[in-house]
Amino acid sequence: MYRTIQIFLVALCLIISALATGVRAQENIRPLVDALGTGGFPQKIEAVEALAASGDPKVGEILGYLNDGKLYAPKTGGAVFLEADGGGYADVLTGAAVTDVPSNLAKIRLNNGLRGAIGAALSQLTLLSPDRGARYAAAQDLLKDANPENLDLLNTALAKEADAEIKATMEAARAVILLKTDASFEDKKAAIDTIAARDNRDAVNILNAAFSSAPADLQPAIQAHIDSINRSLAVWDVVQNIWYGLSLSSVLLLAAIGLAITFGVMGVINMAHGEMVMLGAYTTYVVQQTISAAAPELTNFSLAFAVPAAFLVTGAIGVAIERSIIRWLYGRPLETLLATWGLSLILQQTIRTIFGPTNRQVDNPSWMSGTFDLGGMSITWNRMWIIVFAIAVFFALLLLLKRSKFGLQMRAVTQNRRMASSMGIRTPWVDAFTFGLGSGIAGMAGVALSQIDNVSPNLGQNYIIDSFMVVVFGGVGNLWGTLVGAMTLGIANKFLEPYAGAVLGKILILVLIILFIQRRPRGLFALKGRAIEQ
Amino acid sequence: MITQMLFRTHDKKVLWFAFGILLAAIFVPLSNLLLSDGNPLHVPDHLVPLLGKYLSYALLALALDLVWGYCGILSLGHGAFFALGGYAMGMYLMRQIGPRGVYANPLLPDFMVFLNWQELPWYWYGFNQFWFAAVMVVLVPGLLAFVFGWLAFRSRVTGVYLSIITQAMTYALLLAFFRNEMGFGGNNGLTDFKDILGFNIQAGGTRATLFAATAISLALALLLSSAIVKSKYGKVLVGVRDAESRTRFLGYRVENMKLFIFTVSAMMAGVAGALYVPQVGIINPGEFAPANSIEVVIWTAVGGRGTLIGPIIGAVLVNFGKSVFTAAFPEFWLFALGALFVATTLFLPKGIVGTFQQFAKNRDELKVAAAKEHAYQAQSAKSAGDDAIVSAHTQAAE
Repeated sequence: MYRTIQIFLVALCLIISALATGVRAQENIRPLVDALGTGGFPQKIEAVEALAASGDPKVGEILGYLNDGKLYAPKTGGAVFLEADGGGYADVLTGAAVTDVPSNLAKIRLNNGLRGAIGAALSQLTLLSPDRGARYAAAQDLLKDANPENLDLLNTALAKEADAEIKATMEAARAVILLKTDASFEDKKAAIDTIAARDNRDAVNILNAAFSSAPADLQPAIQAHIDSINRSLAVWDVVQNIWYGLSLSSVLLLAAIGLAITFGVMGVINMAHGEMVMLGAYTTYVVQQTISAAAPELTNFSLAFAVPAAFLVTGAIGVAIERSIIRWLYGRPLETLLATWGLSLILQQTIRTIFGPTNRQVDNPSWMSGTFDLGGMSITWNRMWIIVFAIAVFFALLLLLKRSKFGLQMRAVTQNRRMASSMGIRTPWVDAFTFGLGSGIAGMAGVALSQIDNVSPNLGQNYIIDSFMVVVFGGVGNLWGTLVGAMTLGIANKFLEPYAGAVLGKILILVLIILFIQRRPRGLFALKGRAIEQ
Repeated sequence: MITQMLFRTHDKKVLWFAFGILLAAIFVPLSNLLLSDGNPLHVPDHLVPLLGKYLSYALLALALDLVWGYCGILSLGHGAFFALGGYAMGMYLMRQIGPRGVYANPLLPDFMVFLNWQELPWYWYGFNQFWFAAVMVVLVPGLLAFVFGWLAFRSRVTGVYLSIITQAMTYALLLAFFRNEMGFGGNNGLTDFKDILGFNIQAGGTRATLFAATAISLALALLLSSAIVKSKYGKVLVGVRDAESRTRFLGYRVENMKLFIFTVSAMMAGVAGALYVPQVGIINPGEFAPANSIEVVIWTAVGGRGTLIGPIIGAVLVNFGKSVFTAAFPEFWLFALGALFVATTLFLPKGIVGTFQQFAKNRDELKVAAAKEHAYQAQSAKSAGDDAIVSAHTQAAE
């Protein structure tokens, strides 16, 4: 009992002292705030600058009120009041309603000079803000809208700045500002070098803008910089295109690799493959919902649970499909095409009935969102991880087929079913698990796709034709063919896009594949031998 | 003499079926136009274009059956030929609107005015003439099928690969026709038709005539297909379907045979599309969707591929089912269609007509076998009797 009271008293003391410091800090700037209501515009500008210099965290808010015309003061000068949202007045610092206000209150009026002062004060507040993100954003704003008025402020901020990235941005902004002023030739040359060092498209734009107004003896230097940046930009463009191509390729690879097993190895045309991808994406959604409800602290790692879950769910469905439908249709590939297409309609409608026709939102975990810069291009983390994931899946599958007992049995059954059966391999179950494996990989592809695409009942349909193209192009029954096929088509697509546009590029790719199949009807890496002729 | 020729070159069943379709071509328009509403034989107005739509689908299914059922080419892109024929007809109908469009431009269709085009693209020239459009209806799909087939069959792309690239073909066309720059109305396609050959397209008489034209085209196509299938060429075609390499080794130019039937079939599909558009009143890129082409396959499979009558029955039945289902239980149509696919391939691989024929054939064979058995038994009984007599004689002789 005594102890409780003691704790209570200590807590009370702490609260009171905290309140007291808060009140004290507020009271410190109150005269500065009240100064806003007195005198003409020059005095008000001084008051604004004084407020900004005080460094109080409330200043930004108060200047915002002033800018919005929400502050009132007696015409003769005196205490300043805030116009409350619901009518009436409030205390500027505390926000508490005030009833006994002087009768001759009038809005504090602004002119352009005062507005400029407020703007400068606000950017100064953010440029000097202790928050790194705010400072960086302010520096970038300044770079975009370089106003000579901000030069002094920028110099002050530059002197204090410690962060290298922000400092570089501020220096670039300062250089841009210098180009607009009548600084000396040396200063301007140094400024141009500073801008050129940034080596990106913005730098070219700034230099282009500066070119016409620059003195004649500076123009060759600017032109040289522009040319050199443009050259390196062209190289980076190619690299960026390759990267985008790789990113598309990895998506194609993920969608197609399961098909390479069911179609390439088993000879089953699985038109429901896209729906397996879709089911994988919905599994991700369900896993994420479950985890964020049951164990929110694990939300960031829900994909780690979703990948095996999707593999198991779609793999099990695949085994069920094989046992119930596909096994009656071996040797009749066109019939498997029809039956699985019917199945895909049923699966789509089932998902639509359960989850509704609208898109479901799957969140990116924090480690998959955002971007990072690599040289002259920016790379999004989710694309990056999907490429890694696709490669991992590919090699895991390769390993499984080449090194495991199941892989051995699978290849044996594919090559000579009766011989395999004679050697004691239970071929029907190998068939079922092979189909399950193909479907399970499609499900894992769905996990990856849920991170970059809408999770909707027709998610799979967007990928099915492309997947078939990849497998057919690469050559059936060959995982390396699938890899090369996906890479070729993905990169070719991204290189055609700038010239032909996205849709026309895709049409061109389709036409090229149709023509390519004329030349090599069995794909890039065709299996040779008589057995395939059937 | 013509009747004799008809009977000699065609299956009797096909002839009767074509005759039935012709009867419908007479009965439906007459009953729609002449009988009063209360009459039980009266075909209501809304049913006429609906039936016409079914029959143009039936024509499309028949075209697919020619290549799939008789030559083993599973085309997943027949919807593309259908849509191209439809677009050719749509362009004619579009130009018939003339200055009655929303923007009242006498030359340019509304969507071109909307896109700020100044002049008609060159490929729209001539479509103000019906005969030109009618030629294009068969020529464009035929040409595409010829070029595509020439490339594909010459390099021996077969089976699954052919199916997949036909699907890619229709998909590429789908993407292309969605583009506004193509000059075919983009996403919205061609619609708001007014006249065909100077007649109001909405009028009862026009609709009845369109239905009759569809039914007659279907009957003619059926007779043409039957003539092709019954000819020597048709027999070899079945040979290609069942054993392509052997047929090739026998000295036939398999690729040319395939190319011919593929092109003819594409032209038929184009006609089907041309008949479909004025009755439905719209053609848009959705017709190129791979799913549509696959649906045609199911009509054919349900009815029975390799039987000329089957696809017609299948197309009408499935589409009738679709009309009923989408009106009554819109949620369940895809379940029903999907189940139909699975069930047909698993339980009715020959389709309705094929299974029926098999059944009838088995029954006939059973009858023949029973007769043979009977004869054999009688024979053996007789010979047994003879043996008995012989043995009796020998015994007697001993």
